[in-house]
Amino acid sequence: MLGKLSWSDIPIDVPILVGTFAGAAIAGLAVLGLITYYGKWGYLWKEWLTSVDHKRLGVMYIVLALVALFRGFADAIMMRSQLALAYAGNPGYLPPHHYDQIFSAHGTIMIFFMAMAFMTGLMNVIVPLQIGARDVAFPFLNSLSFWMTTISFVLINVSLFIGEFSQCGWLAYPPLSEQQFSPGVGVDYYIWAVQLSGVGTLLTGVNFFTTIVKMRAPGMTFMKMPVFTWTIFCTSVLIMLSFPILTVALGLLGLDRYLGMHFFTNDGGGNQMLYLSVIWGWGHPEVYILVLPAFGAFSEITQTFSRKPLFGYNTMVYATCSIMVLSMVVWLHHFFTMGAGANVNTFFGIMTMIIAIPTGVKIFNWLFTMYKGRVEFHATMYWVIGFMITFTIGGMTGVMLAIPAADFVLHNSLFVIAHFHNVIIGGVYFGYVAAMNFWFPKAFGFKLNEAWGKRAFWLWFVGFYFAFMPLYVLGFEGMTRRMNHYDNPEWYPWLLVAEAGAVMIALGIVCQLTQLYVSIRDRNLAENRDLTGDPWNARTLEWSTSSPPPFYNFAVVPVVHDLDAFAHDKEAGIDTRAAGSNYQPIHMPKNTAAGFFIGMFSLILGFAAIWWIWWLAAVGLIGVIATVIARSSNNDVDYYVPASEVARIENEHTRNLLAAQAAE
Amino acid sequence: MAHDITADAAHAHEEHHESPVVFGFWLYLMTDCIIFGTLFAVFAVMRNQFAGGPTGKDIFDLNGVGIETALLLLSSITYGFGMISAHQNKLGALRGWLGVTFILGLGFLFMELREFSHMVAEGNGPDRSAFLSAFFTLVGTHGLHVTCGLLWMAVLIVQTGGKTVLSERMTNKLTCLSLFWHFLDIVWICVFTFVYLMSVI
Repeated sequence: MLGKLSWSDIPIDVPILVGTFAGAAIAGLAVLGLITYYGKWGYLWKEWLTSVDHKRLGVMYIVLALVALFRGFADAIMMRSQLALAYAGNPGYLPPHHYDQIFSAHGTIMIFFMAMAFMTGLMNVIVPLQIGARDVAFPFLNSLSFWMTTISFVLINVSLFIGEFSQCGWLAYPPLSEQQFSPGVGVDYYIWAVQLSGVGTLLTGVNFFTTIVKMRAPGMTFMKMPVFTWTIFCTSVLIMLSFPILTVALGLLGLDRYLGMHFFTNDGGGNQMLYLSVIWGWGHPEVYILVLPAFGAFSEITQTFSRKPLFGYNTMVYATCSIMVLSMVVWLHHFFTMGAGANVNTFFGIMTMIIAIPTGVKIFNWLFTMYKGRVEFHATMYWVIGFMITFTIGGMTGVMLAIPAADFVLHNSLFVIAHFHNVIIGGVYFGYVAAMNFWFPKAFGFKLNEAWGKRAFWLWFVGFYFAFMPLYVLGFEGMTRRMNHYDNPEWYPWLLVAEAGAVMIALGIVCQLTQLYVSIRDRNLAENRDLTGDPWNARTLEWSTSSPPPFYNFAVVPVVHDLDAFAHDKEAGIDTRAAGSNYQPIHMPKNTAAGFFIGMFSLILGFAAIWWIWWLAAVGLIGVIATVIARSSNNDVDYYVPASEVARIENEHTRNLLAAQAAE
Repeated sequence: MAHDITADAAHAHEEHHESPVVFGFWLYLMTDCIIFGTLFAVFAVMRNQFAGGPTGKDIFDLNGVGIETALLLLSSITYGFGMISAHQNKLGALRGWLGVTFILGLGFLFMELREFSHMVAEGNGPDRSAFLSAFFTLVGTHGLHVTCGLLWMAVLIVQTGGKTVLSERMTNKLTCLSLFWHFLDIVWICVFTFVYLMSVI
């Protein structure tokens, strides 16, 4: 009846987990209680959970990403604390069984549910506005993508309290991840969570590629597209090229585990290196899927706060596209030590180093954009400059690792850990936070507090160097990754420094939360409100509509004449909003709960399959299929907003704007 | 009634945008193509990993596979006839052709499952060797796609029932399934060539 599931799978004997569960339960009940107390269930359901509006989905993605950041960071600081303690005979407080789950969960959550969700959220909020569209090409699929990502994150967190998580690292290398060596449900949790979220990501890739190709405002040719949109375009291509490969890699591992097949087993002709080759065929493009949008955000922010158009728009576009292509031909550098031979290693080493060239082009473009510009040191710019310094260091250590001979020494050491955190925190995370600070007023109509933003930056920036520079040293001293305890006295002081860095980063996160709290509290102060829709005097179309934009984004679809369309209009004195006295009815999609239900049934399917509860898995699968068919049979999926309603909303906004300006 | 007039007026005013559905579905098919491409690559790596078990020559029955191939290729033609009927707005003929396609597809699936069950019954299941794992996974993934296609076809037969005119949305759905079905045909030709023929030669 319950498959492999029994009472002994609930870890009531692990105090850390019981404490976490109590904390999560209390926080969860508090949130649910508050929603009930304020009677917001109907609002939440109608306006958010069933919404197909790209702006709302974007906000929900970013909320998900922040929750995942919290979870992933809790794992990180537990690991650092373990290594600060577990020295010279002291076993620390995390036994290997638990510790291995933590580093596996940390990587999985930070990549799939923090970074991916954050990126998808940003592109949801920004891209349709930036290209002058009213929504994405497939609004329902967008909602479905969100729910697939969300339920996968739920599934991964269920593993905390029911059963266990994978102990095989964030990519679950076989043969360790095979049934023979990992007989528990941990790897199955990993496979199902990543597989289900992959469905959502793949649909997002298809959706945004279609949106950008088919739905740009009239006049916006490809070479007039904002750089952020360009980077999302390239990211979507990479998603479509690489996520199917991930699906296959995890699918085959699952077949090995569930049906006793022999793809990656030690016996029966299996080949573990095949898994590495396939999963990194996804894994390396994934790095660029994450970082390209950050590059796009840096471009928009740098030009806005330097009060200059971006230096070298064309080279920026070509560099982005070159990185997109090159990222597909470097995957083997993740396993130079496999023994593919000198020629193969040389090819992949050189390809890897070549990526540094377009990346260098970008760095110089940003520097030249700032050069002789009137740079405004807004909190957002702090993250940009912090990124340029940190990412350059991370890039250089990457080129070091691209030398196969050096990689043979550094492989699997903390040097590698230091390198990829250097580029992922310094590049991806700094970029996303900068983007959040920059576009927050567009999404909500008020600015984020700058003082707390700067405090968060300094703590993150300094904390990063304290936490990860010692790891380079430790790598040279021979400390391998994923180590639970050690007795080398030379390592101990460095690990204490790294722990101090992790604490600083924790304070940085506290500052970010405080920034959110303070900003929401002070949202009605005149200096925080964004009434014009253009708080930074920015250059691209999303700033030409109000903040937050009406649900249809633009009352009149803008016509683009030049790169940086909004800057051009402002200089030419064209008021795009006033042009709309003659409104037309607007065609919009209706909200739907189908995405939510498909997500919930998928959650049931995943959970049941993990525990071999086959009747329940059948219920989940049939539920998914039935919901898809019901959605396909529903012809009431769109409607027209009458012109009078558009006029009412636009006039009301204009009245509020004038009244507020008069009051000041 | 008033609402309808507004909507019609809106249709007349707004520039007619081509629906992005078929374009988006093309993109999805390309991602599916990568799934099959990866599975073919895996098969290429595994094709000689017999682990002491049978080779393709020992177990493949080309006669059965030939019939399967004929059924599937024929079903692509009948779907094509269905689409011609759809464009002429002959909905009865459309449903008839979809029905024929469905039966041919079902026949293909039946033959495939029969082949699989024979192999498993003789102890040559997917857990026998890496070669057989790769074989069952590649061919089975194609079969799973055919199953989804059949389910989709059944839904469309029901949804076009009682209609006299195809809406744009329905035409798009038929076009997408058409693309899907022909795509599966192309994949099958590769399966037939690289899996069956090359193993037997």
